[in-house]
This record gives sequence, structure tokens and C-alpha cells, in this order.
Amino acid sequence: MIEAKVKHVKPAVFYEEFFRKGTGQRNTHYCPGCGHGTAHKLVAEAVTDLGVQDRVVFCSSVGCSVFAYYYFDCCNIQCAHGRAPAVATGIRRVLRDAIIISYQGDGDLAAIGTGAIVHAANRGENITVFFVNNAIYGMTGGQMAPTTLVGQSTKTTPMKRSVESEGYPIGMAELLSSLKAPVFIERVSLGDIKRIFKARRVIRKAIENQVAGRGFSFVEILSPCPVNWKMGADNARRWLLENMEPVFPVQNFRDRADDSRPGRGNKVKEVSDEEYYDLFHIEEESSSCVMQTKHTVGTQSVKIAGFGGQGVLSAGVILAKAALYKGLNSTWLPSYGPEMRGGTANVGVIISSSKIGAPVVDRPDMLIAMNGPSLDAFEESVVKGGLIFVNKSLIKRKVAREDVRTVYVPATDIAKELGLVAAANVVILSIYALCSNVIDIDTLRKIIPEAIKKRNLISINLKAVEAGVSYYDKTRCEV
Amino acid sequence: MYGNEAVVYGALLGGATHFFGYPITPASEISHAAAIYFPQVGKTFLQAESEVEAVNMIYGASAAGARAITASSGPGISLMQEGLSYIACAELPCVIVDVQRAGPGLGNIWPEQGDYNAVVKGGGHGNYKNVVLTPYSAQEMCDFTYEAFEIADRYRIAVFILTDAYIGQMMEPVRLPRDIKRCKRKEWALYADEKSRRNLISTIYMNPQLLAAQNRKLQEKYKQVEEELCAYEEYRTEDAQFIFIAFGICARICYSAVEQLRREDVRIGLFRPKTLFPFPARRLSELGRSVDKMMVVELNNGQMADDIALSVNCEKPVMKYNWMGGIVPSVVEIVGLVKEDICD
Ligand SMILES: Cc1ncc(C[n+]2csc(CCOP(=O)(O)OP(=O)(O)O)c2C)c(N)n1
Ligand code: SF4
Repeated sequence: MIEAKVKHVKPAVFYEEFFRKGTGQRNTHYCPGCGHGTAHKLVAEAVTDLGVQDRVVFCSSVGCSVFAYYYFDCCNIQCAHGRAPAVATGIRRVLRDAIIISYQGDGDLAAIGTGAIVHAANRGENITVFFVNNAIYGMTGGQMAPTTLVGQSTKTTPMKRSVESEGYPIGMAELLSSLKAPVFIERVSLGDIKRIFKARRVIRKAIENQVAGRGFSFVEILSPCPVNWKMGADNARRWLLENMEPVFPVQNFRDRADDSRPGRGNKVKEVSDEEYYDLFHIEEESSSCVMQTKHTVGTQSVKIAGFGGQGVLSAGVILAKAALYKGLNSTWLPSYGPEMRGGTANVGVIISSSKIGAPVVDRPDMLIAMNGPSLDAFEESVVKGGLIFVNKSLIKRKVAREDVRTVYVPATDIAKELGLVAAANVVILSIYALCSNVIDIDTLRKIIPEAIKKRNLISINLKAVEAGVSYYDKTRCEV
Repeated sequence: MYGNEAVVYGALLGGATHFFGYPITPASEISHAAAIYFPQVGKTFLQAESEVEAVNMIYGASAAGARAITASSGPGISLMQEGLSYIACAELPCVIVDVQRAGPGLGNIWPEQGDYNAVVKGGGHGNYKNVVLTPYSAQEMCDFTYEAFEIADRYRIAVFILTDAYIGQMMEPVRLPRDIKRCKRKEWALYADEKSRRNLISTIYMNPQLLAAQNRKLQEKYKQVEEELCAYEEYRTEDAQFIFIAFGICARICYSAVEQLRREDVRIGLFRPKTLFPFPARRLSELGRSVDKMMVVELNNGQMADDIALSVNCEKPVMKYNWMGGIVPSVVEIVGLVKEDICD
């Protein structure tokens, strides 16, 4: 009884007048007998009854309901075709207390927007989705929807929808019921007064769920489109009852007050400047850890290459950081992506006392070749008079060129003795430090704890530095 | 730090509150870093189901007053164009990072600058533009992203950080800004409260007169952006007989080429746009009068060179040096080409 009374009262969330049709006009822009008007009213009543008007953001979709903002006196946003659940997600993650309603047609939600709705539901976004299923595209003039019935004729199925060509109508309530996160899924019908009363309760429940923070609620509303079904309002309601309901069973699919509360995201909080400085290690302008004495090395291009897992990239990092520490500039550019999965890796490091232009190392002054393929690939590119370190544990051949300097180091063997094959590069770096003026051995010792991310590998890498030093002392390798 | 990582620091220090992304090489490190740092400072990171949804999450978050950012590369940027057109019409501020890879199609993951037209000209349907900043170092990846949020809010516009695989993947030292920006309340945004109740974010104007007015408003805004935002850098152009014009990784390579050519007494300089929209046409026109040749170096089919030819009023030749497919020229190669061309 109470419903009958409320039916004659305009819900507060509806505007007094709808500006679209001029002053005094209280009718919607929908066609006579259209289900959208009824659905709007039910949603508006629920919002009013729950007293949440000021908290609502109404997401209208593309379809006949694109103008929903004419009617709803609340925050409104008009979304691209099919994207309303993604837009609602964006809003949800910003406004924790908002009541977010996504209102979509069957073309919008079940065709172009299938991905967005499935994933919003799967994340369990705490939003309420009203899905108006009228088995047709209304706004664009009566083309087939994914929910069009088999045998139904539309502008784009003039010979009637056939299973052979278009498949079966899609049941979105059933489809979403296969997901774990949604807390409420129900299909209702606007086929007669009794059903409308039922729909009213369900719609209210779906919003209530959100107010209580339960999670994703979805109501599919079977709704007449007399104009595109090409029949009068009464016949349309009958057609809905007789033809749509058997295909789209009017029932509840899910009703769960869930405690898991998915889709809430991480906690948003305010963070002070000091916390930022602390977390991101932001230093004052003056407190720079680089050494003051700038020395000139010109520009040195270094290429380090080997198997993935030989520590090629991190050796590059150590070298680049050591250079920065010495007050020099440096850049580090790796080979990356699928190429690395093939098992080879290389990195170019440029060290310079002046500003660095191109970060790409095409013609290295120094090459560290950790395996045979790397030497094969880059030997030719080294500049005349350049330096090549050869990991002789793994490379059996000699450098063919005679216009470069070469150093042969059994780096992998030395590193193996230390118990970490990946430290082979560091052995070579320490020899490089001893025989060049670019970086020095103390800098290397200092930088390794900073440059190596895995804490437990620091000491072994420091040992690799010392192993390099003693190898150098022992052999006095001529450079 | 990595250029891609620098973007995330710049974003957070610039007041970013939300990151929505979808992985793609060579931009993925931005998502990786955002997934760590955004929650660390109480901000939101969410991986979307595709770039289509990522950009629409941005649309929603920005409408709700947030400072939102996403990052992608060619194929993903293509998918975002629909959303960007809506964002332009609804005048929602946001930041999009495009770490360009080679195309068309799936192409490959090596650097290219083939997204120039799609990003600088708007890209989606309708009469709109994005502000386009183009960093050439890890430091600028941080700084430009940091500034991008202020620009986006000031003009209610989408700001692109248009960069490339090399700038994103390389590591360089970065000094982080200490003046931390915050996202402030915007009077037009939806806060789901009494005060913002009548606010509407919409892109539909059924009446052509009204849509025309909205279009005019946008064009006015773009004009203002052109007046106020244009930025560029010049290196050794004072006495230059020739100039390179390049952005992103190409500007780095040309910088080295200038150094080398200057050592060989070639009077050449570098002009580097920091903004591609607005395009520094005025200054280029001036330079066009004083130099003999302009050498436009790009990793695409000459997209910026076309703009220069169009917008720069000069009779001097605009030479195009183009590489595509992910090939990046060496300094030596460019120096060689230039030497051939200046002898002509
Ligand atoms: C990307 C895109 N493609 C196509 C359209 C055209 N279009 C507008 S509404 C619509 C279908 C709407 O049908 P439905 O979602 O069932 O809503 P109804 O009009 O029946 O309420 C289409 C295809 C569009 N606006 N955007
Ligand atoms: S075309 Fe159909 S859905 Fe659209 S307003 Fe008319 S009856 Fe309603």
C-alpha cells in the first residue's frame, strides 16, 4: 500500500522542471510507454528514501538514457559508450563516501562495454549498476542488441535474429553470476504493476548495499521500448511478459552480505612533506654525496655484455654510480625486452666530465665481454686504441684485432671460487678501476653497498673487488 | 634512476593521487614503480583491464577532483584516443605518459617518435589539443611530470609527456623537487556533496549552437596555452649557420653531433622544443631567417618536419633526417650525413 502512495509524490532527487523541454514541462524526453522513465523514477525514489541525494554521483551512459542528468538533481557525469563502469571505478577510488550509480542500456553494457562491466564486477567495486535490457538499441533507431531475442526483427536483423548468424541473446545477470566478487545480482521486470513494485524493492536494496559498503550490486531491468519494437505501450508490456521473460528469467541470482568487501583499494591518506623527504630520500640542495674534486676524463663509453644472470646490468649500475660519486656525469642504457629473454644482455654506460648527449654506446672505448657471443658481437665496434676485457673462463679465443688493448681475466673462475658467478663482472670492474683513471678502487668499495639491491649479496661482491685486486697484483696485467 | 621511475617521483611530488595503467613495454616500469610508490604515500594505484578502461578511470577520477595519471606506449595510446577526446570536451585535467615504441601495428619495442601526430594534433575525434611536453633526460622526466599536473589543473587540459623507449629505459641521476604540490578542491568537480551537487561533467551538446560555443571556448583556451606555455632550449645557436631541430632521444644525439661538428669548425647549433603543443614556431621563424639550413632529426616519417615547414615562415630548406622501425642513428652517422649536406 505504501508504494501506491509514494508513486504519486515526486522524489526529491528529481528536478522540479526538466529544462530540456522548456519551462513548466514535467514530462521526460522518453517515448510514451518507455521503461526508462519508470526505471528513473524507481531509482530516484530509492535515493530519496535512503536520504543520500547529496552523496550520489550518477553515471549516465550512451543510449536513450544519456540525458539522465536532466532529471536527477545530484552530481552527474556522462560517460563514453560502454565505459561507465570504468568511469565509476575512477570515481570510486577518489570519493570514498559517494553513492555511485551506473545506469546503462544493453548496447552500452552488454556489447561495447562488456569488458568494463565484467572487470568492475570482478573487482567488486562498491557501486550499483542498473542495466536496462530492452532487447534493442533505442537511441540509434532500433538495431540489434546482444540481448535481442532469436527471431526478433530489428533494423540490422531485418530477416530476424538467427542463431546461425548472431548467436543467442546474452544473459548478463547469469554471466556476472559466475564471478565471485559481486554481492547482489537480480533481474527484475517492468512488465506490470506488480513487477514494478518488486523492481522498486530490488533497486532500493541494490543502493542500500552500497550505502552499507557491501560491494558490487547489479540489477538487470527488463524494460519495454514500444517505439523500436513497433507496437503500442500495452502490447509492448505483453510482449515483454510473453517473449522476454522466458528467455531472461526474472529472479535473484546472488544476495550476499559479504564481509570480504573487495574493491575497496588501498587506504588513502595525507602524507606530510617530511614523510615524502624521508621516503624518497629527498636531500637539501647542499647535501650532495658526490666528491667535490672534479677530475677530467673526457668522455668514456663502456659496453658490458654477456649472458643474462652474469650480472651485466648491475655491473653497469655500479660503474655509473661510481662515476657519479666521483663528481662525473654518467648514463646507463640497457638492452631490454624480449631480447633479454634470449639469454644475452648488454648495457652501455657513458661517463663524462661534461654534459652527456647521446646515451647510446655505438663505439665503446671499453668493452667487457663476458661470453663468446658478446665478443663476437661487439669486438668490431670498439674504437681504435680502445680496451677489451675478455672473460677467459668462458671465451677460448683471442681478440682478433690488433689495434686495441686487451686484458684476459678468468673472471668466472675467480667468482666461482667466491661462490657467486654473478660477481665475475665486479672482478673485472675492480681491475678496470686499478688500471684506469676513470674510477678508483676506493670508490668501488664505497659504492657497491649502495648499488647492489640484494643486501645478502653485498659482502660477496666486496670480496670480488678484493679478488680482482689480488689478481691484478699477482699478474700485473699489462693494459 | 630510470627515466620511467623518475616519472613516478615527479608525479607524486607534483600532487598526483591516482595512477591507472595497463602494462606495455617500454612503459611498464612506470606502472611497476607506481605500484610501489603510490600506496607508500597513501595514493591509489590500480591496474585496469585495458587502456580503454584506464583512460576512462582517469576520466572518472579527474571528474571527482583527483590528480590522475596513466602511462602507455603506441598501441595503448591508440586505444586511449576515444577517452582523450571526451576528456578534452569535458575539460578534465590529467597527465598521460607516452613512452614511444616503434609502429605501426604491434611494431617493436625500440624507440620511435611515430606517435607525434596522434599526440600533438589531438589524435581522437573532434577539434581538440593536448599540451605536449617532451623530456630528453631522466631529470626532465621527473620535472616535466611534476609540472604537468599544475598545467593540467590551470587549463583543465590533458597534458602529455611524450618521450621514447630510450629516455624511459636509461638511468641518470635525478634531483627531486622539494616543493611538494597538493591536489586542491576544484569548484567544477564532482565531490558528491551538497556544494557540488549541481555540477555536471558532460560532453554532449545536442544543440549545434551550444557545441559551437564549447568548441570556441576550447580554441580560446588553446590560444592562451600557446601564448603562455611555449618552451624550448637552444644550444650554440647564437652564431649558427645550421641548426638541428630535434626532441627526445634525437635531441640527445644531436647535442653530441653539435659538439663533434663544432670541433670540426662547422657552425651548427641545436634547437630543442620542450613543448610540442604549443609549438615554438615564433622562435623557429626567427632562427629560420638567420640560418642557412634547418636539419630536422626524428625517429618517424618527418612528422615534426612537416609542422616546421608549415608553421615556420622561411624560404630556407628544411632537411629531414628520418629513421623508423626502432633504428636509432649514431652520432657518427648523423655527423656524416650533415657533412654531406652542407657541402651541397
Ligand atoms: C563508440 C560509439 N559507437 C557507437 C555509438 C552510437 N550509439 C549511441 S547509443 C547506441 C546504442 C544504445 O543502445 P542501448 O545501450 O541499448 O540503450 P538504449 O538506447 O536502448 O536505451 C549506439 C550504438 C556511440 N555513441 N559511440
Ligand atoms: S527509443 Fe525506446 S528506449 Fe529510447 S526512449 Fe524510446 S522507447 Fe525508450
